Amino acid sequence: MDQFLINVLFVGASFALYFGIAIWARAGSTKEFYVAGGGVHPVANGMATAADWMSAASFISMAGLLAAGGYANSSFLMGWTGGYVLLAMLLAPYLRKFGKFTVPDFIGDRFYSKTARLVAVACLIVASVTYVIGQMAGAGIAFSRFLEVDKDTGLVIASVVVFFYAVLGGMKGITYTQVAQYVVLIIAYTIPAIFISMELTGNPIPALGLFGDHVESGMPLLAKLDQLVIDLGFAAYTADVPNKLNMVLFTLTLMIGTAGLPHVIIRFFTVPKVADARWSAGWALIFIALLYLTAPAVASMARLNLINTVYPNGVQAESIKYDERPDWMKTWEETKLITFEDKNGDGRIQFYNGKADMSDRGWNGNELTYNRDILVLANPEIAQLPGWVIGLIAAGGLAAALSTAAGLLLAISSAISHDLIKKSINPDISEKGELMAARASMTVAITVATYLGMNPPGFAAQVVALAFGIAAASIFPVLMMGIFSKRINNKGAVAGMLSGLIITLVYIFMYKGWFFIPGTANLPDNPDNWILGISPLSFGAIGAIINFTVAFVVSSATEEPPQEIQDLVESVRYPKGAGAAVDH
Amino acid sequence: MVDDKSKAVAYWQANVRLIIGSLVVWAIASYGLGILLRPMLAGISVGGTDLGFWFAQQGSILTFIGIIFHYAWRMNKLDRDMGLEE
Repeated sequence: MDQFLINVLFVGASFALYFGIAIWARAGSTKEFYVAGGGVHPVANGMATAADWMSAASFISMAGLLAAGGYANSSFLMGWTGGYVLLAMLLAPYLRKFGKFTVPDFIGDRFYSKTARLVAVACLIVASVTYVIGQMAGAGIAFSRFLEVDKDTGLVIASVVVFFYAVLGGMKGITYTQVAQYVVLIIAYTIPAIFISMELTGNPIPALGLFGDHVESGMPLLAKLDQLVIDLGFAAYTADVPNKLNMVLFTLTLMIGTAGLPHVIIRFFTVPKVADARWSAGWALIFIALLYLTAPAVASMARLNLINTVYPNGVQAESIKYDERPDWMKTWEETKLITFEDKNGDGRIQFYNGKADMSDRGWNGNELTYNRDILVLANPEIAQLPGWVIGLIAAGGLAAALSTAAGLLLAISSAISHDLIKKSINPDISEKGELMAARASMTVAITVATYLGMNPPGFAAQVVALAFGIAAASIFPVLMMGIFSKRINNKGAVAGMLSGLIITLVYIFMYKGWFFIPGTANLPDNPDNWILGISPLSFGAIGAIINFTVAFVVSSATEEPPQEIQDLVESVRYPKGAGAAVDH
Repeated sequence: MVDDKSKAVAYWQANVRLIIGSLVVWAIASYGLGILLRPMLAGISVGGTDLGFWFAQQGSILTFIGIIFHYAWRMNKLDRDMGLEE
């Protein structure tokens, strides 16, 4: 069967499944729309959280990042999983006990301040919008490559699908589609990895194959890979990093940021009890780990396969002729994600670290450049797997992008309809009116996200800096202090959030350009100019420390929070007894 | 709200102690063994590389899962023992 037909079949079947769920899981009340009625089983919520969390970046880009950076990029693995430990112990159970619908809701009530609520809404919207554009763009790429429609058409199809189940079902529809999407994406990620691991190491479990022996050479896989990349002038795959401070701060920023991202936090509002919120965080991490333990194996094996493709007789021998390149390279050249330029005019592909001097071999610069995303997308083709595996990858990439997009859109729309409209502008709005406002906000959010996906602004590429920086520097500290301290008051919280946020943004803008406008950066964005070698991507952790410190100092100098607020803090700490959500 | 003040205080202190202990393990597995202490583990070889690399790419994640389930189990038990469960 034609590859295009196979792809359409796989993607079509997965979409039909999502539509079916959407019709089954319609939301009838705001509680169903915002938190799926609070009746989701902890294991199901764990699965939905995993799909919510694992975006196009995890599915498509992470293995490519790891393949390019080797050990140095392990920060992504530790950072994007370690946040769940913080979430499980420091936030999720208490916020579940609090029992309201949104993250700004807790901040607004706990710090008895409209300003705090609005700052939280602003942080939430900026972080989530930045994040959602990446998902829409990821869905667009998957469509254009696998379904042969152009990127914008692909984006519109993706939006219509999300619109259908997100607007109809709210959190309820999103939850059960996310469960289905998790199953699709984990199968799609694992199957090619198993084939490749079998081929290279003889071990069917990729995570074990990574530390196993390379069948062909009999050497350990990682030792073989180290040897190949060193011969091609790259740094060793397993090489240590020179700046440990930056690696620690970057990992910490990703961890705190993960725990502070509203679309992840609100997933824990959907389980029935506090005890379930604790279990559910563990299940979420197990489901996430199934992909995250496989990703580093995919990364090293894909890099090895790519090198072997270009140098079929070993890196010391001649590389392949451009005319004899494999078919997958031709397919991906059409998308411009792989490009070749014959710099020394010998008709062969020289692929190595262009900064290394290889003139003794007659090489005149690296001739093959590739977008690192293709390592996952083209992996089945590079490893010569059957056509249906490629169809799976297409459905899986879309599942990863759509599930995260839907979670983010819900976080955005509930902040607008609940925190802005119901809690700030029109407190008298009826239950029915609020549900309608929630659906309308969702519609607007999807439309805006689609537009921005088609015309990505400068900040879209800065998801890690902006979304994780904001979540780490503003949202996480204020939530944690709200639970673990009775003394932090409204003034301290607002001052802490604003100072953490502003200093983090200034540090990012100094190197990345003010509001990411090209040419407005004050300093070149490279390690020589970073203060103490701290990258703008790693600064969120510093912003969090500033937030904690300022909030503590300002609160100590001003009056204690009123008694009813101290009682509220007490009530979220103990699972027993009514939460604050009785008025819903 | 909890009626018995001293029980409530004991519960919260036990929770905070458990969290601090868990965070120490969390930090050692990732920032310690995975990053800062990696040069000291260079002698311990794991599948073609060293133990620090394994912790950075797999060991830390497995440790995190263990920490969360241990915390959930201990706290849910504490809830029941103190009669504070929902």
